Formats: sequence, structure tokens, C-alpha cells
Amino acid sequence: MSDENEPAASGGHHAHEHGHDHHHGHHHGGHHHHGQNFTDPPPDPALRIKALESLLVEKGLIDPAALEVLIDTYETKIGPRNGAKVVARAWTDPDFKDWLLRDGTAAIHSMGFTGRQGEHMRVLENTPTVHNVVVCTLCSCYPWAVLGLPPVWYKSAPYRSRVVSDPRGVLGEFGTELPDDVEIRVWDSTSEMRFMVLPMRPSGTDGMSAEELEAFVTRNSMIGVEPAKAPGTVAGKEAAE
Amino acid sequence: MNGPHDLGGAHGLGPIDPEPESAEQVFHEEWEKRALAVTLAMGALGQWSIDTSRYARERQHPVDYLRNTYYENWMAGLETLLLEKGIVTPEELATGRAKGKADPALLDRVLKAENVPAVLAKGAPADMVTQDAPQFGPGDRVRVRNFHPRGHTRAPRYIRGHIGTIHEHYGSHILPDRSADGEKAGVHLYNVRFEGAEIWGPDAPSREAIYIDLWESYLEELG
Repeated sequence: MSDENEPAASGGHHAHEHGHDHHHGHHHGGHHHHGQNFTDPPPDPALRIKALESLLVEKGLIDPAALEVLIDTYETKIGPRNGAKVVARAWTDPDFKDWLLRDGTAAIHSMGFTGRQGEHMRVLENTPTVHNVVVCTLCSCYPWAVLGLPPVWYKSAPYRSRVVSDPRGVLGEFGTELPDDVEIRVWDSTSEMRFMVLPMRPSGTDGMSAEELEAFVTRNSMIGVEPAKAPGTVAGKEAAE
Repeated sequence: MNGPHDLGGAHGLGPIDPEPESAEQVFHEEWEKRALAVTLAMGALGQWSIDTSRYARERQHPVDYLRNTYYENWMAGLETLLLEKGIVTPEELATGRAKGKADPALLDRVLKAENVPAVLAKGAPADMVTQDAPQFGPGDRVRVRNFHPRGHTRAPRYIRGHIGTIHEHYGSHILPDRSADGEKAGVHLYNVRFEGAEIWGPDAPSREAIYIDLWESYLEELG
């Protein structure tokens, strides 16, 4: 913790111990749910979740096999390849694209990408004059059904705080420079509506099938921080690494 | 609440430093997988809404919230909910040992492995009918109320008091402010466009607009 935070932290400590005056019944009996004050070192997260998981199994509230299915689902089944299929189809099928932009929920659900964190969808089209980028400043809302779980940077305080006030600067950190005449639209996901960007189809891809085009659709292009990859190149950020 | 989670427009939080997409793993630590899965499994018991769950994370001390990683905040929120709902006792949480089995009504709702795909595919739609007619329509100019509730809300601080234009009326969705306390009410939900300069003033980025989803109760007519 930096020195400049100390005075505020001291005041906050007092409030934390004695100042719970809201009406929501935050539990603060004999046990601090952290097992600590905030000034203490944080508990080891691996030990903390292990203890919690074994307690809940012992109480009969967890089927351990269900946890494995949940993990496998988000590690190997639901990820940005779902969204890439949606985008590549929109690039090759004008009727589908119209439907996708008019009723993202129905068009995406028709491809089987339904369910948790994809219940309500809007798709935002990037054009030569409009560039869309998605954030959730209040937590980390993200369209799981089409993009999987969010990357670390999307959930981080730097991105959440800054993309609304300095979108060009943030895009620059991803190696994305937009002409000054392009309007940037930042979509802050404050409701259960989930947003996905339809990036521009890269040039040099005429005649390619939807299946071939999927390879150019990156996760970052569907969040709106990068363009889709161009044939024969790799995305700028990765080329630099 | 004006909590640490409400980050839009905050300064000084550092560079984004994204991992290259091709190199990034879904999980960076084994414990993160457990934190995700345990949280989803407990959510499936149906004892709280997504709003209650967000509010439990937001109520941490700001220093804790900002120091924690994403899944640490999930764990902190989950522990709070389990205690507040009486699903585990403080003693059980402190020792990690159960003093008894859970309530039979809860045991009936335990998420079984074979049901996971169906439960995830079903999701939890947030639309909810209201008898009230919508007060606004596309193109209407509105002002976000200047309000500072102690409880949960999804109106970020940076947008309050500002004037925007209704871009879309989505229909009515569950109002998070009440849902966080367990009450369900459908309220008209709009996507509203704000010009960058309206929010950030003369130093706003050029040619920027912000689109935010806001419930009717967050908005007032201009006039």
C-alpha cells in the first residue's frame, strides 16, 4: 500500500469495524468473513477456496463431479470460437447479418449459443466511421455464451476505469490506432444485456468461406479493442511481443 | 452504493498491460477454477440473484475490493452470502468443518453433474413484464437522476446528473436495486447515448459517445 493511501485507510478501518449502519444486515457476528482486517495480508486464495469447497461438500451442498463439468465447460467448450462462428457467418451471409444486428439474441441463439451471460444480446457493427468497444465499469459483465470467460485485463481496474474516459488511449495500449474522424462508441454493460462487436471484415478475404474466415476473428476484435486479423499478418499487439 | 466497484472515470490505476490473446489461458491458477465452479454451483441453489451476488462483492471494504483479484472478490462475496443466508455458520467457515448437514430443502436443489449443461444452457433471463407504460422512447432527451443510494444500483457515478438521448427501449427488466434485496420488479430499461463532452467536459476525447443501459427509475424528463 502506498503512503498516500495510509490516512484514508486508517479512517476506513474504523468504519469497517464499527460503521455498518446500512439496513442490509451485513453479517458481522463473531467472525469477519475475511478472517482478517483489510490491513492484514490477504489469505492464500488456494487455501481459502479449498476450505470452503470441502466444507460445502461435507454439508452435502456440492456434487464434486458437477464442479468438474463446470470447469471443463468454460475451459474447453464455451469460448471465443463461438463468437467467431457468429461473426464469420455475418461476413458471408447478408440475411444473417441483418438479423444479427436487428435481433442479436435470436440470431445468436439460433446457432445454439444460449444460456448463462448470453440471455440478452446486442451486436454492434464496426464500420469505417464508427468503432465500438465494450466494458463493464461496475463489475465485469461479458457475453460468456459467445466469448467464454473474460480475460484478466477486461476485469481489471485499469481497463474498467479508463476506457470510458480515454478510449483512444486504451485502444493505443492494444496497438489499435483509429483515424481522428472515426467515432468511438463505448458500451458500458450495466444491465443484463450483453454486447458483442461485429468487427469489419479484413480486406484480402474475398471469396473465403465462413469456416476460413473464422481464423481472422479474435476475441479482442469482438470486445472492440483490436480489428480482426488481416490475412498474412498477425494482430499488431502479438506481432510486437 | 458509491463503492469501490464503481470505477468509471477513476484515475491512477495504472496501465492495462494485456497478455497477448494467443498466450492467455482461461485460468491462471488452479484455485481460480475451484472459485468459479463453487460459486456457480452455489448460485444454482437459487438462494440469491445475480444482483444480490454483485452487491455482496461490492460491500467489501474498498481496500479489500481493489487489492483482490477477480476470483478473490467472488470468494469474498460467496462467503458473505453463505453466512447471511444461514447456509454456513461463522464457526463452520472459520474451521472449514461442517457441524451438520444442510437444510433438506437445499439438499434437494444441489446441482448434479448431469444437470450442468441444461442449467448453463437455460441461463437466467432478466426480462420481466410490467403493467406500466414506458415513459420514454428513442430520441427522447433524459437526465440521469442525481442520487446516491446506500444500497445496490447499476447507475454508475460518472453518469449521474448528465443528459443523454434514448437510443433503444429494451422492454422491462428486473430492477437490480430491489433485486439485490430479494424483491423482483420489472421496470422499463433503456440504452442511452451520452456525448463524451457531456460527461467529461472540455477535455473529453474527440468524437466519443458512451452508451449505457439505464432503468426508467434512474431517469428524469428534461424540462
